[in-house]
Amino acid sequence: MSAGQIVLQRGLRRRVVRGLLLSLALIYVGILLVAPTVGILWTVLQDGTQMIFDTFALQDVQNAFRLTATITVITVVVTAFFGVITAWVLARDNFPGRSILNAFVDLPMAVSPVIVGLMAVLLFGRGGWFEPFFAAQGIQIIFAVPSMVIVTIFISIPFVIREVTPVLQEIGTDEEEAAKTLGASSLQSFFRVTLPNIKWALCYGIALSAARALGEIGAVLIVSGSLQGMNESATLWILRAIEERQDSQAYVVALTLAAVSILLLVSIEFFKHRRIKEISR
Amino acid sequence: MTTTTLSHDIKSAVGVEQSAMIAVKDLNKFFGKFHAAKDVTFEAVEGKITALLGPSGSGKSTVLRMIAGLERADSGHIYLDGQEQTRTSVQDRRVGMVFQHYALFRHMNVRQNIAFGLSVRKQSKREQQKRVDELLELVQLSPYGGRYPEQLSGGQRQRVALARALAPRPKVLLLDEPFGALDARVRQDLRKWLDELHRELGVTSILVTHDQEEALELAHQVVVMHEGDVQQVGTPDTVYNQPATPFVAGFVGSANVINGLVIGGHVQFGEQMLDGAGHLSDGSAATAYVRPHDVKLSLSPNGGSNSQGTVRRIADLGWASKVSLELNDGQKLVAHSPNDQIRGIGDGSTVYVDLRDAKVFAPQGNQPSDELAQT
Repeated sequence: MSAGQIVLQRGLRRRVVRGLLLSLALIYVGILLVAPTVGILWTVLQDGTQMIFDTFALQDVQNAFRLTATITVITVVVTAFFGVITAWVLARDNFPGRSILNAFVDLPMAVSPVIVGLMAVLLFGRGGWFEPFFAAQGIQIIFAVPSMVIVTIFISIPFVIREVTPVLQEIGTDEEEAAKTLGASSLQSFFRVTLPNIKWALCYGIALSAARALGEIGAVLIVSGSLQGMNESATLWILRAIEERQDSQAYVVALTLAAVSILLLVSIEFFKHRRIKEISR
Repeated sequence: MTTTTLSHDIKSAVGVEQSAMIAVKDLNKFFGKFHAAKDVTFEAVEGKITALLGPSGSGKSTVLRMIAGLERADSGHIYLDGQEQTRTSVQDRRVGMVFQHYALFRHMNVRQNIAFGLSVRKQSKREQQKRVDELLELVQLSPYGGRYPEQLSGGQRQRVALARALAPRPKVLLLDEPFGALDARVRQDLRKWLDELHRELGVTSILVTHDQEEALELAHQVVVMHEGDVQQVGTPDTVYNQPATPFVAGFVGSANVINGLVIGGHVQFGEQMLDGAGHLSDGSAATAYVRPHDVKLSLSPNGGSNSQGTVRRIADLGWASKVSLELNDGQKLVAHSPNDQIRGIGDGSTVYVDLRDAKVFAPQGNQPSDELAQT
């Protein structure tokens, strides 16, 4: 075999391997991600548009969407506010125990949502640590909306922190110090210098948080008490609809949730891009 | 006066005028166990540039940050414009500060950057615009008001940073290695430009730098620091020609380090005696610092206390040469000579070496590294 042939053969082999890997990746993503999305869209459209209107007319469905929206909005606001504070502390303050806090932030990623739900029951349920306090105030936490919000927040804690901390570390303290020597108070320095510098990372974290809150079911299922039409989020409604063999309606609600998630996904991609620019500038 | 004065003598000798524009007295700062600033005392010359000169880790930036209020002094006093400001906040001190890495607000354009200090102090929009125009003119960046920091070169960024620091009319200007992040050429240009600008403005300034050339060229007064200690305070001429400590002798300008013994007010090494050891007792060890241009070479003995050495290497720099020598007792030296004075001398030549203007000190722990001393 001449040297030329060997080179040709090598080129061929490289192209074959490359084609093989590419098709594997495409098949993997296609079967697991695209097929279900197209499938659900197809099923809904087959049932006709009347089905969509009928489903949205149901009082339970409207309540479910309202509850999911409420939980998501509260979760986003709380995780953004405390997330930025925590990210600030992690990035700026080298206090003893920093690495422990850093590790704890990831806990919700590692723990199954069902376990999170159980922990909430243990804390707020009958005989739980916090139950006597809230019972005395006449506030129902467990098997009510507050516990659903609490577990969703718990699960969404890491996103904002994980996105904002590295950006804060990367941009450093120079600009904040410059702002202060120019007479800016700490608050002015935060809102006029720091916040604009982390805004895309924050948006990215918020979008991830929102997506997670929309789709949450495991923990919410445990703490909601599953009362029909009450304490029923969109995901819980889908679960009940399937159990009651109302598949078409379940698909409509699922498709709506999926559409919102895809919208979030698009914005996530957009924010991610901006965030990378934020770091590299 | 070529004799030495120990650093603590100098400190007690420098009384601090509390009415001075900037004065610090007995300033101390610890980072954990690390003593970053040790009883630092000096005062800045009104309307002039005072340089804080030292290698990295010498505590010069820490002192500057304490004056700015970005770092809290553990003990000591800071006076700005005649008032004690040791415990006041950064915002209240009204200093202008320029950082090594510019620290421009990256999401604001040039005009917004310069206006920042005016807008947080709630000046009217009209006043802000007027002042920004003035400053853009001053730093020669008028066409660039709408640009963002990332669209500017390093030199332009630092000029914006200077304009931003000057905008609120600070009483003092603090410059933390302002040319440190720029390449050599731009650094030269900007240095000259800053010198001219400062002559025009006359604002009392402190310049932190590790570059002795920069300090000697720009400053009216130089404060040499080493390991948190003020080694010497003086004019560029004084610190260069009358170094107070071995560290200053080696760090400000380059110097050959020669070790010997004190005999009758002279330093003896090999067969050579050097003047200037009258302050040391007989028989003690001594270290002499000799500038490379104070090492005179010749092929024949020409009086004085000459000794012999062998030329190891000659680097021709065009009009002058850098000659590396080994003395007969094994000590190594570098000489700088105009080329017309070393005609006939080549690698391996045996030459007579005349050392002039030696600064003699008792050996101390804090000598600069050989690398610094030989450059």
